[in-house]
Amino acid sequence: MGQTITEKIFAAHRRDTPAPGNMVLDLDVIMCHEITTPIAIMDLVEKGMDRVCDPTKIKAVIDHVTPAKDSKTATQAKIMRDWAARHDIKDFFDIGQNGVCHALFPEKGFIRPGYTVIMGDSHTCTHGAFGAFAAGVGTTDLEVGILKGVCAFRAPQSLKIEVTGTLQSGVVAKDIILHIIKQLTVNGATDMVIEFCGPVITAMNMSSRMTLCNMAVEAGATSGVCLPDEVTAQYLWPFIKDEYDTIEAAVNDFTKWHSDADALYAKNLHVDVTDLPPQVTYGYRPDNVKDIDELSGTKIDQVYIGSCTNGRIEDVREAAAILKGKVLAPGVRGILTPATPSIYSQALEEGLIKIFMDSGFCVLNPTCGACLGMSSGVLAEGEVCASTTNRNFNGRMGKGGMVHLMSPASAAAAAVTGVITDPRQLSS
Amino acid sequence: MKRFGGQATFIDRDDINTDEIIPAKYLTEITKIALKPHLLEDLHLEGQLFDPQADEIQNANVLVTRSNFGCGSSREHAVWALEVNDINLVIGKSFARIFRQNMFNCGILAIELQQSDLDVLFAMPGEITISVDLELEAITAISDAPETEAHTSPFTLNGFDKKLVAAGGWLNFADQNY
Repeated sequence: MGQTITEKIFAAHRRDTPAPGNMVLDLDVIMCHEITTPIAIMDLVEKGMDRVCDPTKIKAVIDHVTPAKDSKTATQAKIMRDWAARHDIKDFFDIGQNGVCHALFPEKGFIRPGYTVIMGDSHTCTHGAFGAFAAGVGTTDLEVGILKGVCAFRAPQSLKIEVTGTLQSGVVAKDIILHIIKQLTVNGATDMVIEFCGPVITAMNMSSRMTLCNMAVEAGATSGVCLPDEVTAQYLWPFIKDEYDTIEAAVNDFTKWHSDADALYAKNLHVDVTDLPPQVTYGYRPDNVKDIDELSGTKIDQVYIGSCTNGRIEDVREAAAILKGKVLAPGVRGILTPATPSIYSQALEEGLIKIFMDSGFCVLNPTCGACLGMSSGVLAEGEVCASTTNRNFNGRMGKGGMVHLMSPASAAAAAVTGVITDPRQLSS
Repeated sequence: MKRFGGQATFIDRDDINTDEIIPAKYLTEITKIALKPHLLEDLHLEGQLFDPQADEIQNANVLVTRSNFGCGSSREHAVWALEVNDINLVIGKSFARIFRQNMFNCGILAIELQQSDLDVLFAMPGEITISVDLELEAITAISDAPETEAHTSPFTLNGFDKKLVAAGGWLNFADQNY
């Protein structure tokens, strides 16, 4: 019997089998941010175990609330800062260099095909876009990862989703993943890795693949994964050019991780995207998804463009194409937070930031901010937000607020009309 | 080994997420005890906001709920918020993976029951006390209402999770073994 990509990665990293069906894996990357790491650090210090397995495997960033908004967040940042200095963690990103972890770390080339990656953050599944096994974990798993370089998982089952057809203009990866979550429901992929494949995925750039994998956890999945190919190799080339003679050589090497033709899947799903219109969530669960025309006309108070789901340069471009030459509808607040400093800088160079500012948007520094209602755009009771983020839970962006998840183009369209609007009606 | 069980409280809803268990605004706390007053503070049940100060939850050691409890964020704060409120056992139809692992990593229990057993527990009148037999892999619910029979339900614990509970959590287990 053949193996899936995830089974191959597990086999290559297996340290131990502590009980049947469970594996302890050696980790390649342990990623840390200032919300879930400080308690791990303090606990290790208190127990006399303030050590790190290998400082080069640890990647740390202050991203959720940055710059600090109050004494508590300043303290969290300081704990991270002191810890990184104490253990000589070179890949630590502080103010000026920091950005949303799941956008920043891929940009730095930290994730490679076949890697095992954990972070105390549920959207760690984003990094599966590189053909890695990347899973969100809690603080105790993070603590053990920092200390021992290992993490335990149940042997995962895989759910294969083949995406075929031709995407309509104005319909993007965010629409596809919302459509998939609607079909799977919020726990349809629990204890599984979602393997995205098919011609639509092969044709996607890394940014779109990251958007897809990012939201795998919203269907309950342990992670999402895409098979590493030429697109992956092109993206990673600046970081791997010393390891391979040519891009083709890298692509060939990556195929060792590809799922075998006779690999066994727990479930298979086929999605044809040819007739798919833009998708939008309603209600308080990410599987509450409708075609955009069913919600068009819904009044909004705020538009939020950013996050680990849709804060990349491609997303900023997509929204700017709609906003160009237009202004925010009366009474609508627009917030853009490019996910990393280099995305911000690139958007400046391309004139995109000016388009946002001319339309009336407030442009923030890179941060997770309002996505989880911690800072920088929290909603008031009864307010409605058109958002490119990943969760519409009750209270997620502020107590009593309503979040409609959608693509950057759809969010930009809502910004200029003041109501949920099919972006295809506005694009020239 | 730690003893599990005690007085039960029931929350009859699927898909209770970690933002509802502990809202993100409290993630700036760096001590677990600071989470104590905020457990389930953003939970809505049929449009009504849950009251975390109600006796039912304040006196409980066991939370009985439905499916996919703990979905959403990876925040272990959700488990700590339960822990500092003396809840050592959550019983449901199913759990989100990260939440379930966080429970066992902290050395406390997330037990999955069959739908039929769960329905019996939800239908029992009076105040319910639940005890756990980890060897036999069964829980027993006893009601203080007159003429109500106790109900025993079997469950299956993953072999690794069993070791974590015996070790008092993953940090202890990992420190001893890796």
